[in-house]
Amino acid sequence: MNIFRALTQKPWLPDEDDSIVEIHPDGAVVLHSAKIALRIFLAVVATLFSLFMAAYYVRMEVPDWRPLAEPGLLWVNTGVLFLASVALQWTRQATYGENLTQIKLGLLAGMTLTLAFLGGQLWVWQQLMADGYYAVGNPANAFFYLITALHGVHIAGGLFVWIRTATRVWRGAEAYQIRLSVELCTVYWHFLLLVWLAVFWVLLST
Amino acid sequence: MAYVAIADQGQELHDPQSFITKYIWSQDHKVIAIQYSITAIAVGLVALVLSGMMRLQLGFPNSFSFIDPQSYYQFVTMHGMIMVIYLLTALFLGGFGNYLIPLMCGARDMVFPYMNMMSYWIYLVSVLVLMASFFVPGGPTGAGWTLYPPQAILPGTPGADGGIVLMLVSLALFIVAFTMGGLNYVTTALQARTRGMTLMRLPLTVWGIVMATILGLLAFPALLVSAIMMLLDRTLGTSFFMPAILSMGNQLDYNGGSPVLFQHLFWFFGHPEVYIVALPAFGIVSDLLSVHARKNIFGYRMMVWAIIAIGGLSFVVWAHHMYVSGMHPYFGFFFATTTLIIAVPTAIKVYNWVLTLWKGNIRLNVPMLFAIGFVFTFINGGLTGLFLGNVVVDLPLSDTYFVVAHFHMVMGVSPILVVFGAIYHWYPKMTGRMLNETLGKIHFWVTFLGTYAIYYPMHYLGFLGLPRRYYALGDTSFIPDSVATLNASITVAALIVGVVQILFIYNLIVSLRKGKPSGGNPWQATTLEWQTPQTPPVHGNWGPTLPVVHRWAYDYSVPGAEEDFVPQNVPRDVVASEAD
Amino acid sequence: MAFAVALILLVIGSVAFHFLSPWWLTPLASNWGAIDFTINLTFWVTGIVFVAVNLFMAYAVIRYRHKDGVRAHYEPENAKLENWLIGITTVGVVAMLAPGLFVWAQFVEVPEDATEFEVVGQQWHWSFRFPGEDGVMGTTDARLMTNENPFGMNPEDPNGQDDVLIFNSEVHLPLDVPVKVLLRAKDVIHNFAVPQFRVKMDMVPGLVSYVWLTPTRSGTFDILCMELCGIAHFTMRGKVVVETQEKFDAWLAGHPTYAEHAAKLPGDPEAGRALYAICSACHGVQGEGNAALNSPKIAGQGAWYMKRQIQYYRSGVRGSHPDDIYGRQMAPMALTLTNEAAIDNVIAYVQTLPDNAPEATVEGDVEHGERIFRVCANCHGHDGMGIQALNAPRQAGMSDWYLVTQLKNFKARIRGSHEKDMYGIQMQLMADILHDDEDINDLVAYVNTL
Repeated sequence: MNIFRALTQKPWLPDEDDSIVEIHPDGAVVLHSAKIALRIFLAVVATLFSLFMAAYYVRMEVPDWRPLAEPGLLWVNTGVLFLASVALQWTRQATYGENLTQIKLGLLAGMTLTLAFLGGQLWVWQQLMADGYYAVGNPANAFFYLITALHGVHIAGGLFVWIRTATRVWRGAEAYQIRLSVELCTVYWHFLLLVWLAVFWVLLST
Repeated sequence: MAYVAIADQGQELHDPQSFITKYIWSQDHKVIAIQYSITAIAVGLVALVLSGMMRLQLGFPNSFSFIDPQSYYQFVTMHGMIMVIYLLTALFLGGFGNYLIPLMCGARDMVFPYMNMMSYWIYLVSVLVLMASFFVPGGPTGAGWTLYPPQAILPGTPGADGGIVLMLVSLALFIVAFTMGGLNYVTTALQARTRGMTLMRLPLTVWGIVMATILGLLAFPALLVSAIMMLLDRTLGTSFFMPAILSMGNQLDYNGGSPVLFQHLFWFFGHPEVYIVALPAFGIVSDLLSVHARKNIFGYRMMVWAIIAIGGLSFVVWAHHMYVSGMHPYFGFFFATTTLIIAVPTAIKVYNWVLTLWKGNIRLNVPMLFAIGFVFTFINGGLTGLFLGNVVVDLPLSDTYFVVAHFHMVMGVSPILVVFGAIYHWYPKMTGRMLNETLGKIHFWVTFLGTYAIYYPMHYLGFLGLPRRYYALGDTSFIPDSVATLNASITVAALIVGVVQILFIYNLIVSLRKGKPSGGNPWQATTLEWQTPQTPPVHGNWGPTLPVVHRWAYDYSVPGAEEDFVPQNVPRDVVASEAD
Repeated sequence: MAFAVALILLVIGSVAFHFLSPWWLTPLASNWGAIDFTINLTFWVTGIVFVAVNLFMAYAVIRYRHKDGVRAHYEPENAKLENWLIGITTVGVVAMLAPGLFVWAQFVEVPEDATEFEVVGQQWHWSFRFPGEDGVMGTTDARLMTNENPFGMNPEDPNGQDDVLIFNSEVHLPLDVPVKVLLRAKDVIHNFAVPQFRVKMDMVPGLVSYVWLTPTRSGTFDILCMELCGIAHFTMRGKVVVETQEKFDAWLAGHPTYAEHAAKLPGDPEAGRALYAICSACHGVQGEGNAALNSPKIAGQGAWYMKRQIQYYRSGVRGSHPDDIYGRQMAPMALTLTNEAAIDNVIAYVQTLPDNAPEATVEGDVEHGERIFRVCANCHGHDGMGIQALNAPRQAGMSDWYLVTQLKNFKARIRGSHEKDMYGIQMQLMADILHDDEDINDLVAYVNTL
């Protein structure tokens, strides 16, 4: 039922066949609640990052803005995060089979790559600080640290869930039991990869 | 095909074992709702006392030695922030939202009970952090609830040492708590509605609360962004919002930051925040009017559309708080237009409330008194919004008492009247007992008339040009002495209104044991929360099977039906056969 | 029933209040009559809606109050009625919005012939700058702001040399001449508001905002800061005097240009030594003060502050109040310093005198005094040494009995009431937080510990 039809119904009139309206066809839940909640949460996170980006562009107009020279390492990190996303996607496919080794491999790969990304980001920070780009020095630096930190925190939050899922597998959970959690993580990772690409593009283009 | 009870899917109820898991560390939405409500009301009482102290200074300047300019500005700030965020937002969404959404949708609980519980505890921590700022050196921040930099984080403003840091941290925690709760409210309303509960069969209360939650989810990030950036400006010395400035005659190291950027971010949150408070009030009052007028809400569909329209528009009007902020004046054209457009759906809501009364069968019990009192107050407050929203009319009036009067009318008194009405209305469901009617009526009359006596004359001080946030007026060429008399009488009214709230609290506590037993549906209402097998509802709400919804939420005085109300879970053919 | 009657009475009372209220817009003193028109228009449109809707509601409450055996009417919606209401509301909104936008367009467009002047806001004072003869303002930079260059003038900019600087909270404007008011702030956000002019605008550090207006009525009007700017926000007052072009020109000519200001020589302590002889009779050879003669210690006080006080005494701003016994003694003494150079010289000499802490004579509850002082510290500094940028003189290590006298004088409006005393009103408002002599003694006793 499309949303416009739903919102223009005259609810006081009896249903045409006078039967009970099913809010979900066949009485089954179309999407798991957790997936809905994740989508809403992603909208919230997207708003958060968009506002940072908006603030970034506004602040950029002031002449004291000196763009940051993005270290080449960021390209590597971007690649690593992309591979992490791929690993998660692969794990997700694996949860539809019964091959636990494959799942475990995927879980480990996802975790390692994500940790590598976070480590890489920290390394970028260190490089920048070694080169004298402090947060206080220029708003461009401050925004860089702030946005990468915020992105990192979101990744780390996801990693926490990922590791909890992995622990369940090692404790003997079956594939179908972790399918939902892996799927949620995968969507979340893809989303954060997109956010990162957007952020990275903005950083590069300014 | 076997029917799967949607609201039961994926739900494991953690049945409470001990007193602690039942009443404190509880995952029951109703317990969490009451926890939220009690905390919010408690902290709201603190804010009420603060406002009383402000009024003492304004009404009787320099008569009380504990109110010096430092504490005055701290009272102003904390009063505003507590009332808007920690009382109204928390109470409407965390309190009423938590209590009513699952019950009205016919669900057993929120879809993520554990997250719901955490939401409350993080909220409590944010409140405690905020209260802690009263006890740090320098006290809480006195930057005004808008926390405009550079002022908020510089010496010369009370609480620039520790108070502002605690305030920002507390806000960040609140936002985390709210997001956890908010995801729950929206997902529950989308996913856990019982069989037959289509969107358009939802009571307007749910519409209002859910729309407000969506606004909150999308607006609070702006506050979080500005809080984080200001916190970094304050602690690390970055220059997000801080331009090259002096402080106390010394050059500071800041450079190039934009104070106006903060205002844009703040009001991108701050304006939707107005509707985060108003929309639940709109929704609840619609239901109160309908139940007690024994009549369906007039123009239900228009009411839903208006809620959606107001919610959408509320994101494109924020800069009407900034007409005199020094932003580019061309913005004025756009924001004045969008702001006045929002008046149309809002006016429709008012018309429909009034038209719901028309040809009704109006029972003037306490919830109804508060509901109609709200409509009266809101008409006043809404109309004065047309002054401030129109950019050129705002020029003389902004930052005067007109603004104070307007926003207290529209988002102070109006929502609070709804809160009271809602508490008188749903207390019987929460406790199984009625609140005392006589005390309730006294409470209503004093609150309603008293607040009007406070805020109506205040508009005229605004026309005169009296600036807000002044500790003392001193001598000016344009403020006549009569203003002092008016200020004193406003203060007296405010103190009376403040004191009478004790009656309300007393009523809440005493009725818990001594109130008249209410039965399950004392108001003869149609919505699902009144149809629970037990009152107060037990954990899980519905007994073995979920209710099935057969009709919309407003079948009052249906021609042909035996009673003047038909609950939502009564099948069509039952009524039809009765009518035969 | 009682409720409906109450609603009706509230509506009647509101209307009556409007007609009886002595509080309304101040008489207009600028060209912005159009703003008053939009206010009145909005007032009447919304007023009619207020009365109509509420009376209708009250009528409905009476007419359809609960009666046993009666049923409410069943009518889910009425699209026609709702559409009509939407239409009427839209018309009303457009009727208010359209004139509003039209007037706003006038506000945004500054007339070509408007002359410029600048208002600078700082905690918690106003100062002003006029472009001088060339009609062009010199550039400024926040980084250049110091006590000596409070406007942050760019010394290299030729346009700025003839800018007239008014480091004082009173400004004059010529009658019937459109002015563009450029607004700038040094520390936090302020707001330049004169109720009689109707227009106001925030002054934001880091940018220059503006309003424009034509003063149309001569007189003296209050300038109020209308954006919370810290603890002394409510004391941030100024005055704008609207007068004829001739008077205005004369007033402006009495103020130094930036070049004159910058070229001024510092005082000569040697030349001041001789002048000080007459002062030393009361204030002591070393400027240590003499309580018996009611002469405070002056050694160690800020030069800028002493200069302003001497000028105040000379012009009768201080020492003219009938109850200011000792001030009246000082006033003729100040007149012995016949010109600005003499004042600078004698102050330069006083600056060379040793700064020895006088004996404490005031006793009180130090802890209570400390609580009170947290307000004072915002301007006078936590060490009580005074902050020139805030126009706050030194209190610590000065004559404590004198501090007591002056606080009492401020409280009793003996000091600070002269219309030209731009800083006195601040101390009056602040001294009001001291409720009795005990508070004053406690406070001064605490200052003695600094």
